[in-house]
Amino acid sequence: MPEVQEQGVDKARFLEGVERFRETGPAWARAIRAKSATRFNELELPNRKMEDWRFTNIAPILRTPFNLVAGEAAVDVSTLAPFRYGGGVAELVFIDGQFAPQFSRAAEGVTSLNLSEALTSHEVLIEPHLGRYLNGTPNPFAALNSAFLADGAFVHVAKDAAFAGPIYVLYVNTKRDNTVTYPRNLIVLESGAKADVVESHVALDGASRYLTNSITEVAVGENAALHLYKLIHESGEAYHLATTKVRVDRGGSFKSHAISQSGKIIRNEIGVQLDGEGAHTSLHGLYMTSGDQLVDNPTAIEHAKPHCTSWIGYKGVLDDKSHAVFSGKVYVHRVAQKTDSNQLNQNMVLSDKATIDTKPLLEIFADDVKCTHGATVGRPPEELVFYFRTRGMSEAMALGMLTYGFADEVVNQIEIDPVRTRLEQFVFNKYSPIPA
Amino acid sequence: MSTTKDTIPGAEYTGTRVEQSTREIEEMANQSYKYGWATEIESETFEPGLNEDIIARLSAKKEEPAWLLDWRIKAFRQWQTLTEPTWPNVSYPKIDYQSQRYYSAPKREKKQLSSLDEVDKELLETFEKLGIPLDEQKRLAGVAVDAVFDSVSVATTHKEILKKKGIIFCSFSEAVHECPELIQKYLGSVVPANDNFFAALNSAVFSDGSFCYIPKGVKCPMDLSTYFRINAAETGQFERTLIISDEGAYVNYLEGCTAPMRDENQLHAAVVELVALDNATINYSTVQNWYAGDKTGKGGIYNFVTKRGKCQGVNSRISWTQVETGSAITWKYPSCLLMGDNSVGEFYSVAVSNNYQQADTGTKMIHMGRNTKSTIISKTISAGHGNNSYRGQVMVMPKAANARNYTQCDSLLIGNQCGAHTFPYIEVRNNTSSVEHEASTSKISEDQLFYCKQRGIGTEDAISMVVNGFCKEVFDHLPMEFAVEASNLLKVSLEGSVG
Repeated sequence: MPEVQEQGVDKARFLEGVERFRETGPAWARAIRAKSATRFNELELPNRKMEDWRFTNIAPILRTPFNLVAGEAAVDVSTLAPFRYGGGVAELVFIDGQFAPQFSRAAEGVTSLNLSEALTSHEVLIEPHLGRYLNGTPNPFAALNSAFLADGAFVHVAKDAAFAGPIYVLYVNTKRDNTVTYPRNLIVLESGAKADVVESHVALDGASRYLTNSITEVAVGENAALHLYKLIHESGEAYHLATTKVRVDRGGSFKSHAISQSGKIIRNEIGVQLDGEGAHTSLHGLYMTSGDQLVDNPTAIEHAKPHCTSWIGYKGVLDDKSHAVFSGKVYVHRVAQKTDSNQLNQNMVLSDKATIDTKPLLEIFADDVKCTHGATVGRPPEELVFYFRTRGMSEAMALGMLTYGFADEVVNQIEIDPVRTRLEQFVFNKYSPIPA
Repeated sequence: MSTTKDTIPGAEYTGTRVEQSTREIEEMANQSYKYGWATEIESETFEPGLNEDIIARLSAKKEEPAWLLDWRIKAFRQWQTLTEPTWPNVSYPKIDYQSQRYYSAPKREKKQLSSLDEVDKELLETFEKLGIPLDEQKRLAGVAVDAVFDSVSVATTHKEILKKKGIIFCSFSEAVHECPELIQKYLGSVVPANDNFFAALNSAVFSDGSFCYIPKGVKCPMDLSTYFRINAAETGQFERTLIISDEGAYVNYLEGCTAPMRDENQLHAAVVELVALDNATINYSTVQNWYAGDKTGKGGIYNFVTKRGKCQGVNSRISWTQVETGSAITWKYPSCLLMGDNSVGEFYSVAVSNNYQQADTGTKMIHMGRNTKSTIISKTISAGHGNNSYRGQVMVMPKAANARNYTQCDSLLIGNQCGAHTFPYIEVRNNTSSVEHEASTSKISEDQLFYCKQRGIGTEDAISMVVNGFCKEVFDHLPMEFAVEASNLLKVSLEGSVG
């Protein structure tokens, strides 16, 4: 692994084309862009000397000059079919980062539209939230996304409204090498509201090399509940850098499932602030790495108020020469008494060449708390393989079934049927030696 | 339980462990730091400051060979290029290294002491007061002791018995003259001079320490012990310990430390290197009871120590047990390099931080050989305004097939102004290894306290019991007298932490 990050990477290159968005949107949105561009210039580019990037070498991303997408790609309904889910639900589709109204659908009971339009039509709903949950994150790529803030999904669920069907947000990348998109999502649940959102990133071409730099901001109001599913199924050569920042109010609940299916380098950061008494969050994740993939899942939960509960459960299956990184940080403020927080990171390593770095952190300043964390790294247990062998199954089959079972523990918690079914199939095909 | 009782001839049975510890705890009841006095002793001290000239004078004072002076000067030059680490989770005002004194020694007429009778009476009294019987006739502890007072080793006991077995146990300065080939071979082989800021500083100015060599196939007949005492003001203590356990050898090593109560902070930057060759075992136990500063956080020792063991040979074993109670700041990561196949590394630790104490301590287990095993049990207790961090690294290299690690780090919080932090790093580079890590943080359970109180046990005693139980797994690995001392220390350290 190269120890030294790219020297002399020209920062100005990252901001090329930023002026294209300068004049769009309300004044405060323009201010966010300008401020973020300045902030990007102030921040150091990620390198291995920085604690947050210690194990994550993103030199290939820094080395590649990515351009903004120009022009529209012609995509028809049949090409998109395998990536969409049926049912009468709200749907927002973006092709190469640009909103595709012809594939998108609105639904009763929820406000879902693309952000650039919402910035004018729903300005009062957006202004109090947009850019407010990033809390001065030191990640320069988050600053870069804000500097290019243009479009993405805007979902708003009104007070006490429970939207039954999931809201699908689909980002499709066509074959466009060396391009970058900046999806920017904002999900706001007013008090007592409930919704499920599925954010998926897919590629039409399995070999194209592009960068997705996305931000999702989430505000969960009092007693509101959001379940966010994030499916990262990028092209095998693509890069995905994402930041999700969440604030949960009193009695609110934020659940997430983050599934990394493919992508050359994936860094999917989730930060949740429990900012009201009795708030809850549970973050689930599954990463399935192979080839020379690098998948990094930094998670952070901040217990800012008393009586909050949290759970982090991430599982990983590593194969070939892949490298996975996990860090889970639980920070308990002095006032956050009666915190109950649990964290578990389990890794199954299938190949001798794979590398796993896991870092479960606890920082606790309150005394009346219960916090635990655990991490494991290993192969499928010998005894279980033996059990299968005594019943006449080959070792390959035993390993395949055990791996499938291990990964499926995360997938089978997914409550949306079509999403779960499709993912279970994916996991099954990937690990089970039994022909489907 | 350690086998101390079997290995010490004449150790008397003094009641069951519980009886004993209850009695001792009672004695300790209303006591604060009892080693806080200073000895009025004439000593020879260098003026404050650090430069190549000071190092040359220090080296000359100790009549060191030229190669060692060169080694020191090289380390000093490397130290100048290094910066003080900022990553530990501790905060303290900047240390002015030029205002420290780098040499202080009790004055004495004769260069070499042939027997204990020649040791300064005041010194002997000092150690007696500390409960360290240097007087061989008494043979109370049945432990060979090397006592280090400020910068120099003052006395080593039981030398004769050890000599018969071929064991070399003496002060570092003596070892430089008596067995230079061993020193030259192993000095800096585990902790290189440029390893880190404090190790480099130590390498440049280390004054004395203990040296121990256990020859092939020898099981050391008694526990070896070093007792460190900081006495002089404005001095730092920079001792260096080197223990080599040759093929098939076995040794138990104990280290204790105290310092007087002073308002200003004093620096202690030691380096400990352990080398275990084929089939060798080293058990290293520390009860660290430097002065922790007063209730407001004034004074106390900065304990910035580099301890590392190298399991160089096959089937070798290094075990660290530490009880950290008395430093203003602790920055210490006793580590094991598991190079030999089937080698074993262990780390058992209790760290207490009360009042304004800060501790950032943990371990590194670097698995390089095949079938290597490591166990980490860390118990941290935070009370008052104390902050306690566990920082550990478990690294499994690609060639360390079938490596195993089990880590458990538990934190106990007493009071709502303290903090507990856990920073584990787990890095695995192959798939035949298995690594498990568990951590928990909680306060003393109300149920347990209620149960005790219901049976007429006062709150403080109840807490003391629960805390002792919490630490039991670690205390079990300490030799008997250390275990008793540790559990007493714990009681004193946590005194007043409950309202």
